Amino acid sequence: MNTPTHLKYAASHEWSKTESDGTITVGITDHAQEALGDIVFIELPAIGRMLKAGEECAVVESVKAASDIYAPISGEVIAINQMVIDAPESVNSAPYDNWLFRIKSANPDELSALLDADGYAATL
Amino acid sequence: MLQRTPLYAAHVAAGARIVDFAGWEMPIHYGSQIEEHHAVRRNAGLFDVSHMCALDLIGPDATRFLRRLLANDVAKLTTAGRALYSCMLNAAGGVIDDLIVYFFTPTRYRIVVNAGTAEKDVAWMQTQLAGFDARITPRCDGKDESQTKNALAMLAVQGPQARELFCAAFPASRAATESLAPFHAREWPTNKGIWLIARTGYTGEDGFEISLPASAVAEVWQTLIDIGIKPCGLGARDTLRLEAGMNLYGQDMDETTSPLDTGLTWTVDLRDTNRDFIGKSALVTRRQEHQFVGLLLLERGILRAHQKVFSPLGEGEITSGTFSPTLNQSIAFARLPIGIILGSEVGVDIRDKRLKAKIVKPVFVRNGKSLLEFST
Repeated sequence: MNTPTHLKYAASHEWSKTESDGTITVGITDHAQEALGDIVFIELPAIGRMLKAGEECAVVESVKAASDIYAPISGEVIAINQMVIDAPESVNSAPYDNWLFRIKSANPDELSALLDADGYAATL
Repeated sequence: MLQRTPLYAAHVAAGARIVDFAGWEMPIHYGSQIEEHHAVRRNAGLFDVSHMCALDLIGPDATRFLRRLLANDVAKLTTAGRALYSCMLNAAGGVIDDLIVYFFTPTRYRIVVNAGTAEKDVAWMQTQLAGFDARITPRCDGKDESQTKNALAMLAVQGPQARELFCAAFPASRAATESLAPFHAREWPTNKGIWLIARTGYTGEDGFEISLPASAVAEVWQTLIDIGIKPCGLGARDTLRLEAGMNLYGQDMDETTSPLDTGLTWTVDLRDTNRDFIGKSALVTRRQEHQFVGLLLLERGILRAHQKVFSPLGEGEITSGTFSPTLNQSIAFARLPIGIILGSEVGVDIRDKRLKAKIVKPVFVRNGKSLLEFST
């Protein structure tokens, strides 16, 4: 299982990456894509939507099941990745490159509540 | 405690993702369920279906018993090896199980039932056997040793190349199988016991289902893989059967559902008015209450079981839904009010949105080809 150490993780299987401009990019982990199987549909939040940490904000569906994606931190959605909407299977092949959405954090302190790679791996 | 088929170790070694299916630890896929689906539509796939239970029915009253037990009529089986799909109903006309029965002689049949229902099926059959001179013997893996010794495993090889590849793997079987018509089976004696080779399946493709002694199945499985048949899990089996318009027990029908409400009217044989099968009087009184249809999602999303359907004639419900790898869009079966017209548009509630879907016949793909252009 691939769990890069430069990312932060939620126990609900989202990864978060702090970009150089301070925004947070969110995707799903290698473990999550593996457990889901072939991903065939992704629904992302509207740009501009205000999210609360822990809120359901996206859906990833594989052939066999639908899975909710939760906002790892609070903030405004400032970008979504159209590429994963058009090619959902790309999340299976490269879960850490093919991000889902980007948040402008309202409270960067929330990041410290997320797990590091070891902490996440311990939950699996 | 979950049960395992004799191929469990082979599945794990092949990298299968194992899930609990009806109390059995079964492979859902070996990497990609979509690739496995395409392998069956385009070439050949191999399924372990040993969780299903084979039963032998033997005795002077076997035919008379089945004509009472089943909604379809075994009297139409006159050539050895002929197979018949049927529902087994309760007195209220609800479906206890759907099954396949193979006819050998009027005193000997083989019945294959679903894994999750096998125990209650056998109990029901034993109860109904009172007054009939016939005996049911389960051939699935059992707890007692004599049963395990006689246990059968089951494989399905499915796809346009399946029969050819099977015969290439077992050349001696060719003479027994090359004249086998669809929905016919033949017993093939081997030095590893008798194999029942049936030209049946659950995918909408040509192929065989093979029952053979459990002790021989691991070697046969490997031989079929070595010749180029791709191992496929239950995930692909589900998308294949849904595209092919085949019902799944427990999802599309159960003991509260009449076969008339789940697209299985064609399996209820009322032609012999003197035949009184279990559930018949209830069906005749109850009649059809719903229309069983196919749905094609016209927008992005995935149809799933239990989503609500909204039509001009009233509400209905999806019984099975999935993403169709062959059509590259979402398909489903649904129960709707009677009178709904093929080609009409309905709404389906998926999370917080109502999406548009089209009513089509509940069969989407056969022999690798989309049937949609003929459907409306």
